[in-house]
Amino acid sequence: MNTKHYGNFPKVQSKDLTLSINESGRTVETIRRQEKVGHIVSTVLMYVVICALALLVIFPFYWMIITSLKTNEEVIQTNQTFFPSIVMWTNYVYVLQAFKFMTYLRNTVVVAFFSTAGTLITTILAAFAFSRLEFKGRDAVFAVFLMTMMIPGEMMVISNYITVASFGWIGTEQTLNQAYLAMIVPFVVSVFYIYLLRQNFKQVPNELYLAAKVDGKSDWSFLWKVMVPLAAPTLISIAILKFMGTWNSYVWPNLVTKGNDYRLISNGLRGSAFVDAETGRVNYGYQMAGTVLVTVPLFLLFVLFRKYIMHGVGRAGIKG
Amino acid sequence: MAENAAKSLAAPNDFFVERPAYQEGYDEKSNTVIRLVSPNKKKAKAYQVTNIEDVASKNNWKAWLYLAPALIMVIIFLVYPLINTIFISFMNDYDYTTGAFHGFTLSNFGVILHLTPYNGVYEEFFTRYAIPNTFIIVFLTVPLSTLIALLISVGLNSIKWFQKFLQTVFFLPYVTNAIAVGMVFSVLFDQNGIINYLFHTDAVWIYGATRWMGMIPLCIYIVWSSLPFKILIFLSGLQGIDKQYYEAARIDAASHWKVLWRITVPLMSPQILYIIITSFIGAFKEYTAVVGLFNGPGTMPGDYSMETIVYYIYINLSTHTAWAAAAAVFLFVIILIFTLLQLWISKKRVHY
Repeated sequence: MNTKHYGNFPKVQSKDLTLSINESGRTVETIRRQEKVGHIVSTVLMYVVICALALLVIFPFYWMIITSLKTNEEVIQTNQTFFPSIVMWTNYVYVLQAFKFMTYLRNTVVVAFFSTAGTLITTILAAFAFSRLEFKGRDAVFAVFLMTMMIPGEMMVISNYITVASFGWIGTEQTLNQAYLAMIVPFVVSVFYIYLLRQNFKQVPNELYLAAKVDGKSDWSFLWKVMVPLAAPTLISIAILKFMGTWNSYVWPNLVTKGNDYRLISNGLRGSAFVDAETGRVNYGYQMAGTVLVTVPLFLLFVLFRKYIMHGVGRAGIKG
Repeated sequence: MAENAAKSLAAPNDFFVERPAYQEGYDEKSNTVIRLVSPNKKKAKAYQVTNIEDVASKNNWKAWLYLAPALIMVIIFLVYPLINTIFISFMNDYDYTTGAFHGFTLSNFGVILHLTPYNGVYEEFFTRYAIPNTFIIVFLTVPLSTLIALLISVGLNSIKWFQKFLQTVFFLPYVTNAIAVGMVFSVLFDQNGIINYLFHTDAVWIYGATRWMGMIPLCIYIVWSSLPFKILIFLSGLQGIDKQYYEAARIDAASHWKVLWRITVPLMSPQILYIIITSFIGAFKEYTAVVGLFNGPGTMPGDYSMETIVYYIYINLSTHTAWAAAAAVFLFVIILIFTLLQLWISKKRVHY
């Protein structure tokens, strides 16, 4: 031991030293322990609350599915059951026959396909013009485009109805193809998606464009061979959201088609009576089987493209 | 060459990296691209010089070709109808099948706002049902769903396990059909339904309900369906907050509640403002929830007590087109006023 002595301090070894800090009578160890316990308690509480809320949020889906498998007597009886006592798969068989699911599905897929394809084409071309090309009045036109986004769509629906009627697509003589045109044509452009894709295109370095230009590439081939592949994730998001929008559209098809056979899946669902032939009353089992058939494809889409949907919605913030 | 450069840039991580795709480069002063044409530098014409202005200005008329499809559709189906609807709202006795009308008047607004009679009768649905119902929906559901969504997002952000899974669960109501789920809610709130069973009540919520009873399932449904979008936006906002603020708060031994109101909420104010503005607009335009839940503008046939402004527009669209147009202009003005008001308030409150 070769320790220096300072003044009268006694010689102490480091192992004899204990540091003791007190805060209102609690030592560091107790504070730590209490904090740890508090942390565990608050975490558990947080999980309990969040899981309870999550259950509340998905409860309607659970109820939809089990009701779709119940007999109507079980649905309307006083004592509600949380699981069907007899599993009625026949509800689905009945609904697939009586509720013209296949007709509505075909209409919806046709309308969704063409309006999505049309939207993608107009969006890609316009976004390219706005992001890459120089022309007089570009900013003014873009400002007009953006302004239309802030105006409630109901303002347009009234005049669009008149416009489509003046094209001869609405009326008692309406054919299926006219109904399709009336449901597709007004929706092959979306200002919001143009805006979204323009932002995406702008991130592509300008040097690429200049290089392609100097190489003698045309704008057209640059757009389809460089820009579109680079923006593929955004384009997928747009396509899926557009499809979901058509799947969920209710108002416009209801307005512009003369009969239920020409309408889309949402109209078919709300317009069908789901009446039991024997009792003449609404059969809730049938009704819920119909809603399951409409909801399941959306869930499948969500499972497959979750990333694109959530990303697109996070940026877009609008349905359809 | 450009394609190779594009391929090398295609990997997402490389996307934002500053890398000269074009090494021979671009001279900003003279605005020219100098390109190595021949690998053999000794050759006389090894470099080709191109002026960017020349390349860019050639696009002028072609650019309009690219824009044409979108522009034509926007003009026909967005710009023209907007102006046309405003005109129609001032037209006297407008008939959409022929386009005929007798001069311009303010009476359409007078009629829907219950100020002037139409053919000796006062039209009362707009002021009696549509406006009050819409305002009730807006001022009940927007604050409620924003608050709930904020608390859920803060909770989700603070947990580690199953965060992604729970996030997905809370997002599920977004990927549904509004009509289909509205029908599910009408079964939940049926007189013989699970809600009455669980709470031992015998209330009439849907079919034949009074206006105020019908409002309850309607607002619950709207809150439920508007949560996922809000949670998505709030969570992305929360994940962008610098952890340093929380460390500092921990050192200062600030309580959870204080941290939430003094740190999280102020730092989230841009997202909160965005959500409040968009959900105000959305709630003012509520329509499909009513259709899904009640299958009509009222709780039973012949009843209009659940009508909203947009419902009023659609009901009158082909019978009294000018009234519908006036109602649409009314809605537009209301939304505009509220949005401007919120932006004005936000100038003082939002921290960027």
